[in-house]
Amino acid sequence: MPTFVYMTRCDGCGHCVDICPSDIMHIDPIYRRAYNIEPNMCWECYSCVKACPQHAIDVRGYADFAPLGHSVRVDRDERKGTIAWKIKFRDGTEKNFLSPITTKPWGTAIPKLADVPAPSKAERDGQLLYNEPKWIRMDEGGLRTLEDAGLKLKKGVYY
Amino acid sequence: MFGTNPFAPAMQSLPAGFMEWYLCLMVAAVVIGVLVDMTHKASARYFFANMKKSRTAKGARPVAGGELVSIAVQTAVVDVLASGEFCNPRRRLAHLLTMYGFLLYVGTTAIMVFGYPATPAPIVPTLWWIGALAVALGGYWFWFFIRADVAAEGQSPWRVMRADLFVLSLLASVTLALLWAWRGGGTGWLFLLYLLATTVLFGGVTWSKFAHMFFKPAAAFEKRVSKADGTAENLPTHGRADPEQQKRHSMELLRDAPMDMGLGIKREAPRHY
Repeated sequence: MPTFVYMTRCDGCGHCVDICPSDIMHIDPIYRRAYNIEPNMCWECYSCVKACPQHAIDVRGYADFAPLGHSVRVDRDERKGTIAWKIKFRDGTEKNFLSPITTKPWGTAIPKLADVPAPSKAERDGQLLYNEPKWIRMDEGGLRTLEDAGLKLKKGVYY
Repeated sequence: MFGTNPFAPAMQSLPAGFMEWYLCLMVAAVVIGVLVDMTHKASARYFFANMKKSRTAKGARPVAGGELVSIAVQTAVVDVLASGEFCNPRRRLAHLLTMYGFLLYVGTTAIMVFGYPATPAPIVPTLWWIGALAVALGGYWFWFFIRADVAAEGQSPWRVMRADLFVLSLLASVTLALLWAWRGGGTGWLFLLYLLATTVLFGGVTWSKFAHMFFKPAAAFEKRVSKADGTAENLPTHGRADPEQQKRHSMELLRDAPMDMGLGIKREAPRHY
């Protein structure tokens, strides 16, 4: 299900070119609009779909079910720190999701590694990765779980 | 120099009516070029088919005449006059410079050519200079620093392809016009090159992106109408600003977060090639 570009929406800004992990979003040499140069190599990661400020990129369904009228569209609102999905099923059912993509203002929670003391020899030789005991709370009585945080799995949010 | 008609010396030596006919020919070339472009790409057919599909979609709210007029005014003011669809402020500024510069350049050229032999008010040639300089400023800024081939793809600014026909012929036209007027006008080789570049600009409409000034406002209008009728091209319409959405379980972690989280990936220009 590769991506394609609505040519009347695209303004050729280059965000999809920049973000594509397969490097297959390029600028068309005739119309200076983005296009997917190699749909076979698209792994449907949706990076370009989410990055496009004009919502000009969509993902094409396979030919056998695309005409049946489903739709999966996304709006990544960085300013608000959310991502919203609207899923339309072929039977007309509609599902809307809204989730956080950050919980702190962008750029305010970057670890300052230069200020952190260097790991000891024991830490270097150990199996754990940097900050692992602290961040997964293994030193505070086991892994963090949803129950520990007072949360529970909710239909439509986690599954 | 800035207050006199730059076309006057050339029009004195050219046959009567030459420049007027040339301008009419260029207008006809634009009209024919846009029509051929629309037919070739079937863009108008796609546009109206898409519009019809959107209007008849399940859950679409009918948009009344008054609301349509309001949307048309918003499109004209925000999307057309202020280039509001651009998300990159540098691109928006370059586009505004080029767009208003082009309108001034073309408008004042028509006034001075069709008004000849009457001497125009000094403001008209001054606006011609300002318009041409604004096009050159916005155009060269776009060409060397902003366009995606250079900024996002890392290509050399000297690499030329068919997509450059519009911007290059526009830049050639205004640059040659400025040089020609700077050297006092007349009908020398500079004037011939100026006419040649202008002919390529208006004669190449079918092969260039000149027609975007007609289909882009139509696309912007359609985008606003689809938001008003609730279909929004199937895009999500629910967001965090809505108090109802703030109560969602999934929004729990953002309950105390500021409404403006700043820029994420857009903090950096797309140039990580």
